[in-house]
Amino acid sequence: MKTRNQLVFAPWVFTIGFFVLWEVLCRVLKISSFILPAPSTILWAVWEYRSQLTYHAFHTLWMTLAGFGLAVGFGLLLGMLLGSSRLVNAGTYPLLVGFNSIPKVAVVPILVFWFGVGWVPPVLTAFLISFFPIVVNVATGIATVEPEMEDVLRALGASKRDIVFKVGVPRAMPYFFGSLKVAITLAYVGSVIGEQNASNVGIGNLLTRASAAFEVPLVWAALVVLAVLGVIMYAVTAYAERSMTGWAQRSQMAA
Amino acid sequence: MHRERGGVGNATFCKVALPTPPRLFEPILPLKGRIKAERPLSVFVELHDVTHVYARAEDGLPAVQNLNLKVNEGEFAAIVGPSGCGKSTLMKLATGLQFPREGAVIVGGRQVGAPVKLAGMAFQNPTMLPWRTTLDNILLPLEIVEPHRSRLRRHKAEYVAKAESLLAQVGLKGQGHKFPWQLSGGMQQRASLCRALIHEPKLLMLDEPFGALDSFTREELWCVMRDLHAAQKVTIILVTHDLREAAFLADRIFCMSARPGRIVAERRVEFPRPRDLDITYTPEFSELVHELRGHIAQARQAA
Repeated sequence: MKTRNQLVFAPWVFTIGFFVLWEVLCRVLKISSFILPAPSTILWAVWEYRSQLTYHAFHTLWMTLAGFGLAVGFGLLLGMLLGSSRLVNAGTYPLLVGFNSIPKVAVVPILVFWFGVGWVPPVLTAFLISFFPIVVNVATGIATVEPEMEDVLRALGASKRDIVFKVGVPRAMPYFFGSLKVAITLAYVGSVIGEQNASNVGIGNLLTRASAAFEVPLVWAALVVLAVLGVIMYAVTAYAERSMTGWAQRSQMAA
Repeated sequence: MHRERGGVGNATFCKVALPTPPRLFEPILPLKGRIKAERPLSVFVELHDVTHVYARAEDGLPAVQNLNLKVNEGEFAAIVGPSGCGKSTLMKLATGLQFPREGAVIVGGRQVGAPVKLAGMAFQNPTMLPWRTTLDNILLPLEIVEPHRSRLRRHKAEYVAKAESLLAQVGLKGQGHKFPWQLSGGMQQRASLCRALIHEPKLLMLDEPFGALDSFTREELWCVMRDLHAAQKVTIILVTHDLREAAFLADRIFCMSARPGRIVAERRVEFPRPRDLDITYTPEFSELVHELRGHIAQARQAA
C-alpha cells in the first residue's frame, strides 16, 4: 500500500520539484530572463498573452489534427495494401523508406511553391511526417497473420479480402494504435515546422515572430503551451489505444 | 523398398486407372478381416499417386512421393509417421491448400483444384482470435462459408444455439462469452474443435490437435473426439505422431515413410465402438501400438 501511494505521488513530486528548483536557481544565481526566465516569469507571460496564445494554439491544434487525420486514413489504406500483398510490399518499400528518410523541414519550401503560404503547408507537413509509422505498423500486423489461421480460413474458401478484413485488420489494431502515439507527436512537430516556415498563424508562426523580436518570455510561454498541447494529444491517443485494444494488453508486464 | 509392405491397401490402388472422378462412390470390396460391411462404403478422399514438391523447397526434394491413400466416407483415418514425413503436406493437399505436382487428389467425387470448402481444420495451435469471444471465434467459419455467410445475420440466434450445443458437447457449456485467452490450453483446443465443426463439414482434418496438451487432458479430448465422430458422421483424417492416439481413435491407420513421404503400411483397427479408454490398457492394444511402432522404426531407418 505504501509503495502504491509513493507511485501515485512520485510524478507530482518530481514535476513540481523540477520547477521549484528551476525557480530557485534563477533567483539565487540571478540569471537574466533573456537567457533563462524563471517559471514564474513564464507563467506571467502565458497569462499576459493568453488571448493570442489561445488563438494560435487552436490553429496549431487544428493543423495537427487535420494532418494526423489524413495520415491515419492514408496510412491505414496503404498499410493494408502493403500487408496483404507481398508484391506491393517488396515493390514500394524502398521508395517509402527513401521518402521517409528525407527530413520534412526540407520539403516545406516545395510545399510553399505549390500551395503558397497558408494552412495547406502545415497540414501537409504534419501528414507527410506522420503517415510512415502508421503504414509500417499496420502492414506488419497484417503480414504476420499465423499461417495456420490462414489455412483454416482458406480451406473454407475464404478470399484474400476475407482474411485481411476478418483477421489481418483486427490483428493489426494494437500495432495501429501503438503507432498513433508516435504519429500524433510527429504530426505535431510537422505542423509547427510548417507554421514556422509557411504560415501567418499558429504557435509555430508566433514562435518565429517572438524570437525575431527578442520577446523571450513569449517564446517560452509558447513553448509551455506547445508542451501542454502535446501532452493532451498524446494522452488522448493513449487512452484510445487502451480502450480499443484491451484484448492485446493482458500481459503481466503491461499491467 | 518397403513398398510391398503396403499390403491390402496398395493392392487395390494398383488397379486404379488414372483419375476419373465419376468412379467415386462406387462400393469397394469388403476387405479381408472385416466381418461385415454395414453399409456400402464409398471413398470420400482419394490421393492417387501424388507427388508434391514445395515451390520454396531449397533442395527440390519432394515432400511426398507416389502417395496413395483412400479414406471412406464417415471413416476415422489416422496418419502416423516419423517427423518431417509430409503429414502436414498431405493435409494441405487433401484440403486444396496445395496442389500436387503429379497425380490427383479427389475429394467428394471431384478433383481438387481449389480449396475444398467442405473441410474443417484444427491444428496443434488452437489459433483462436484473441479479440473475439470464444463463441464468436466458433462462429467465424460461418462468416466465410456459403450458404451460412448470407444467412448468418438474419438467423444469428439459430447459429448461436448450435454453437452453444457444440460447446456443451465438448464440455465447455456456458463458456462461450469468455475470451479464448481466459481459457486453458485444453479448453482452447476444445473450442478449436467446435470451430472446425460448426459449419457441418464433410471432412475434418486434424493436424496433431492434441500434441501440445498434457496426457490427462489429451485422453479426455480423445473421448471428446470419439463422441463427436460418433455423433456427426463426419470423415476424419487425423495426423499424429502419437501411436496410442491413432490406435484408440481410428478405424484405419496409415503409416508414412520418412521424407519423401509415402504410405508404407495400412492397418485396420478392429476394436468395437464405442471404445472405452480402458482398451488402451489391454494386451491387444499394446500389440497394435507395438506393431505400428515397428513400421515407424523401419520407416525411420529407411531414411
